[in-house]
Amino acid sequence: MKHIISALVLNKPGVLAHVAGMFAARAFNIDSLAVGRTDDPNLSRMTIVVIGDDRVVEQVRKQLAKIVTIVKVQDFAGQDVVARDLMLITVSCPAEKRPEIQALIEMFMAKVVDIGPKTVMVEVAGPESKIEAFIDSCRPYGIKSMVRTGTVAMARYVRGRATKETNE
Amino acid sequence: MSKEPSPPSAPARKPGSQVIVDTLVEQGVEVMFGYLGGVVLPLFDKLYDSPIRFIIPRHEQGGCHMADAYARATGRVGVVVATSGPGATNLTTGLATAMMDSVPLVALTGQVRTELIGNDAFQEADTTGITRPITKHNVIVKDPQELAPTIREAFYIASTGRPGPVLIDIPVDMQIAEVPVTPPGKVSLPGYRIRTHGHARQISAAARAINEAQRPVLYVGGGVITAGAAAELRALAKKANLPVTMTLMGLGAFDQTDPASLDMLGMHGTAYANFAVQECDLLIAVGARFDDRVTGHLKTFAPQARVIHIDIDPASISKNVRVEIPVVGSAKDILAELTDAVEPRERAEWFARIAAWKQRHPLQYDRQGSGIKPQYVIEELWRQTDGQATIVTGVGQHQMWTAQFYRFRRPRQFISSGGLGTMGYGLPAAIGAQVARPGELVVDIDGDSSFNMTMNELCTAVQYELPVKVCLINNGYMGMVRQWQELFYGRRYSCSSLKNPDFAKVAEAYGAVGVTVTDKADVSDAVARMLAETRPCVFDFHVDREENVWPMVPAGRSLHEMDGLDIFEMA
Repeated sequence: MKHIISALVLNKPGVLAHVAGMFAARAFNIDSLAVGRTDDPNLSRMTIVVIGDDRVVEQVRKQLAKIVTIVKVQDFAGQDVVARDLMLITVSCPAEKRPEIQALIEMFMAKVVDIGPKTVMVEVAGPESKIEAFIDSCRPYGIKSMVRTGTVAMARYVRGRATKETNE
Repeated sequence: MSKEPSPPSAPARKPGSQVIVDTLVEQGVEVMFGYLGGVVLPLFDKLYDSPIRFIIPRHEQGGCHMADAYARATGRVGVVVATSGPGATNLTTGLATAMMDSVPLVALTGQVRTELIGNDAFQEADTTGITRPITKHNVIVKDPQELAPTIREAFYIASTGRPGPVLIDIPVDMQIAEVPVTPPGKVSLPGYRIRTHGHARQISAAARAINEAQRPVLYVGGGVITAGAAAELRALAKKANLPVTMTLMGLGAFDQTDPASLDMLGMHGTAYANFAVQECDLLIAVGARFDDRVTGHLKTFAPQARVIHIDIDPASISKNVRVEIPVVGSAKDILAELTDAVEPRERAEWFARIAAWKQRHPLQYDRQGSGIKPQYVIEELWRQTDGQATIVTGVGQHQMWTAQFYRFRRPRQFISSGGLGTMGYGLPAAIGAQVARPGELVVDIDGDSSFNMTMNELCTAVQYELPVKVCLINNGYMGMVRQWQELFYGRRYSCSSLKNPDFAKVAEAYGAVGVTVTDKADVSDAVARMLAETRPCVFDFHVDREENVWPMVPAGRSLHEMDGLDIFEMA
């Protein structure tokens, strides 16, 4: 099962290596990892999608919390979250296929960001299922290249309960 | 051009190397271990005039083990220094040893000049990269003003929570740079929080489970020693009437001469400890981590037991075994609160069963044969020291026999590499322990193969007049490897027999005392001589070569499925 784990980390060298090394050393599987700045220049946010049963993910969360440069760890399991991926994908697109592909792009509320004589580059954002569906739909035309950011996520506002982040 | 006077408020400045030494002194460091090299010369220059005593090993690994054993013997933070590149890589075995056994250690390594980092400079290695998985925390200092706060943080991290080694990599230009002197500030580590107080509801749940239990067992690891909780453990065991078994790292946490002691459990544990764990209805784990050498086959481990787990490291809980009642916090506080909350119980039936197991399956060996049995040497050492010496070991058969036949009485008395199983730990660790306990009896019970790995440190013992005693259990094999080859590889002793030197002569060449003992009749006198020796010494006991460690739970089997229980019953 996939879990989305969000970690607030000190913006210091070596933190990413530490996280990656810990996952490798303890044989945990990373499905995706996204890192970016936050509003606080001292902190970065890592969003890690982990595959494993509850017990494995509990270990992942605890082992992450143990790393001194990791400030807070949160497992989004069981929470109402907004989770998004961003993808750039270049699809083979000869002139005669353009109307079809254009329709597909509109259906997915995707955006054309570049166009070549025989290809089109599309930007798609959304939940992972939407991204996967778009990839499947493009496959018959021929995927030239694609890149994904990995999932980022944030918990929705719940009345009367602040977003809970743990650091054991 | 006129010279402007410096503003009156300008702070005094001093070189980074002086800041390092001053901060170490401020942290209470009295002794350091380590080895010189190009990029730590500024630091050593300042150590020359410092009040800190410095012990130079013959290899950085030895220095790291010395600092580690110093920490284990005292409970204080051990400090080791090494130069960049090979100096730092030589520390790695020692750091990993300390990491696995949760030993508070601060390692300072030199690094090439900041502007050379990443250029494959002479003696450059990515020290923080290499040591990241084998330290609790590590950091490279790239701003000389960060030296003092980083060192303070390192001592704090190393010694609190679940202790461990912290490495600070210091480029040589950081040591040379002039730094303004600033007063010590508070340690600020937003990502490092420790829960010391156990949750009250969990503690009362644990107390209730203990009160309800018919057949409880306390299973105690090194965490109890680290927490300084031996007295609290004893109080709980006495009040609630609980039998106590210990892991290798836990030996000394509970007096083994106490009738409630089940001694060590696990692969080479006692039959009565392993039977008790398999039969218990409540297992109370304190500062232990359910290591595979303890549990045997996990699925059948303590099959009837509810499990309480008291540990300061939340990641240890439910890592290997599902825990019903976890209590995160310091063992010292939690055991004290638990003692208040439990009720006395007699548990006569349970203790009678344990007594029967003890009577039927005591630890034993063949006392009649003509050769020297390794167990006999250790038993004799135990007898003549009244079980009071500080005992250090290498890794292998001799380590297990020591754990079985030297009955430990107090915390920090037994110093051994448990988690990592580092051969060669013995002699340098004995030196570190002797530095920590001047004038006290420190014996390294070592194996010939373990001793071969680090015996150059005899030189260190001689130089600093540290009268460590090496009690060599010499069977001419990598004994434990040979035992596995005998049992699981059809006695095919592939590569497990090495040609040894004459250890007594080696000892003499180093300026120590060397004695060879080949006759069983001489063992008692030889042990007496060894204990009376005022110089570092090596007593080389040539023991029965193919003696095995019994009992044994073969890897993957259940804890109660021990081999070797009936070996002496036929006699």
